[in-house]
Amino acid sequence: MTPDDPGRRHIDIRVPVLARVEGEGSLEIRARDGVLEQLQLRIFEPPRYFEKFLEGRGWEEVPDIVARICGICPVAYQMSAVQALEQAFGVVPDDWVNRARRLIYCGEWIQSHALHIHLLALPDFLGFDNAIALAGTHPEVVRRGMDLQRLGNDLIRLFGGRSVHPVGVRVGGFHRAPDPEAAADLQRRLEQALPRAEALVAFLADLDLPRDDQDFISVALRHEREYPMYAGRIVSDHGLDIPVEAYADHFTEEHRPHSTALYSRLHGRPYLVGPLARLNLNHDRLPPRAAAALAASGLHLPSRNMFHSLPARGIELLQALEDAHGLLADYAPARQPHAGVEPRAGEGFGATEAPRGLLWHHYILDDEGQVRLARIVPPTAQNQARMEEDLYRSLEAFGLHHDDDALRLRGEMVVRNYDPCISCATHFLKVRVHRDGEEPR
Amino acid sequence: MKPRIAVHKFSSCDGCQLAFLNAGEDLLELARQVEIVHFAEAGPMDPEAPVDIAFVEGSISTHEEALRIRRVRQASRYLVTLGACATAGGLQALRNFQADGVGGWTRAIYAQPAFIESLDTATAIARHVPVDLELWGCPVNGAQVFTAIRRLLFGALPFVDNEKVCQECKRRGVVCVLVTRGIPCLGPVTRTGCGALCPAFGRDCYGCFGPAENPNSPALARRLEGLGLVPEAVARRFHFINSQAPGFLETGLDYTGGPP
Repeated sequence: MTPDDPGRRHIDIRVPVLARVEGEGSLEIRARDGVLEQLQLRIFEPPRYFEKFLEGRGWEEVPDIVARICGICPVAYQMSAVQALEQAFGVVPDDWVNRARRLIYCGEWIQSHALHIHLLALPDFLGFDNAIALAGTHPEVVRRGMDLQRLGNDLIRLFGGRSVHPVGVRVGGFHRAPDPEAAADLQRRLEQALPRAEALVAFLADLDLPRDDQDFISVALRHEREYPMYAGRIVSDHGLDIPVEAYADHFTEEHRPHSTALYSRLHGRPYLVGPLARLNLNHDRLPPRAAAALAASGLHLPSRNMFHSLPARGIELLQALEDAHGLLADYAPARQPHAGVEPRAGEGFGATEAPRGLLWHHYILDDEGQVRLARIVPPTAQNQARMEEDLYRSLEAFGLHHDDDALRLRGEMVVRNYDPCISCATHFLKVRVHRDGEEPR
Repeated sequence: MKPRIAVHKFSSCDGCQLAFLNAGEDLLELARQVEIVHFAEAGPMDPEAPVDIAFVEGSISTHEEALRIRRVRQASRYLVTLGACATAGGLQALRNFQADGVGGWTRAIYAQPAFIESLDTATAIARHVPVDLELWGCPVNGAQVFTAIRRLLFGALPFVDNEKVCQECKRRGVVCVLVTRGIPCLGPVTRTGCGALCPAFGRDCYGCFGPAENPNSPALARRLEGLGLVPEAVARRFHFINSQAPGFLETGLDYTGGPP
């Protein structure tokens, strides 16, 4: 390393534990002669074997089990699972159940996006190590974020009893319908929060975000009317348009030695799921206020800049608030908040949009409704190949002449754009690897 | 000098850490009163620094974790377990019933099992190091955590309620789902702390806060059989989120035909 040629020095950066991500991951960057030699995003969350110990469990237990895969997005796991089990049993929930499910899911998006924006991501962009320090200089920003987070949690609580591992969800619908008074109270709070969420979008749009355009494939659900969350077909901006059942015909997973997460690819290529992918593919499905906030933000879609994930999350938070506000407007409790369920042997698939992206479940059940096979593909596993590809390109574009601290921070910011949920990414299934023509990179 | 606290993560879903991250204003107030020296998910990173209270989420399921928990213990005055995983092994401790270990599971899932490092068991923190206070729950809630901090910093152990969900249900005026509807509720043997959430939702308690004081699990198991549950289903009731907890473990084993 010579002082007059910093770009050619040898770099060896290790971030042994990534901060402000959920779960445990690390990042290793090695460069020689100005060229990135090795870059590994390691996920070392220990295996928890959910898919294996689901085998032999009863269908009623599944929503309570899969919630425990992720403490930040338990509703997403419950929503994909109940859809799959209902398909297997031939159960079709009524409109009340579908609306209530979208409501509890909106709660999770609001909660998770508010948490990620304020506690995990924003400190990077405003020059702080963490949100507590950020609150010292930007108390109103952090307080607004925490208020929105609480509102999201309370919306989950309305239908689920508690916001982490909610107890209200069951196959067929819900165990209990919320009281109209409690729903009306929440409706008022959502109303009051709408302008604050709009202000949040404007605030995020004003941030001076890094510019780093890259080519990538966006993948998300697409619904005929709604912004995708609870239902839809799986689409990409490269022409994919498939039903949820056909996922495994197009997407493959590969196990790499340095990670306990599996790498997903679409027709052999990395792809993106999550807020920016959803917004790229579905901005025409935003409700009016979210659409207006998007138009005012100056964000041009489709965007190729992963740093736009931050404002995308803000727009989605507003979208979820607006949707929930509309859905609660004419709320009345159902006499029977769930469909009748008769277990039978069968197979089912479920896919929904977790806050971090597409979450796909597949179950085979026996005639008593016990799980014979479970396969779960979480969003972070789907993003992992894209994350590594992004890190390569971003760090080279950023410039290896930057010092180690700057490179480390940029690397961490790139990873945090994906809001990786590493606890979920650790996941377990039979994989087909090294198929003909698909070389591990 | 401000008291110092740390939050450590082991094998878990991160849900118990949300007792802090969902606390809003209380989290900011906590940060005014104590120094949060290590809490990776929130940002501060200094895992080896000495602290007054170390909160530990998650169970021990790898060799690395078994070594790391010792260092956490050495660096902390009080060690508090946060939730079902840390206190009783958690849901992932269902692997402990695999007589042949997890090797078969690893091979079934991973193309390259040699790179997967996992112990055959997921175990509670207290199986590895002394624990000063155990907070039960899947997940724990903010009140449990903030009360514990307050009391410990005054040098007192917090009162931990060991009574049964049934008592809480009666106080809340919730109609008993087991008696009136024949739903296989674990409320009679499960520790309260959730506010009798599940019965209030008209469903069965599934034991996420672990066994209460003196649980009469065998009697409840017979009652569940009387409701029509086959022995395997009775076993699954007890071998769920707190399968390794004394009071649930043995009764579950009685219905699966003995120890693994």
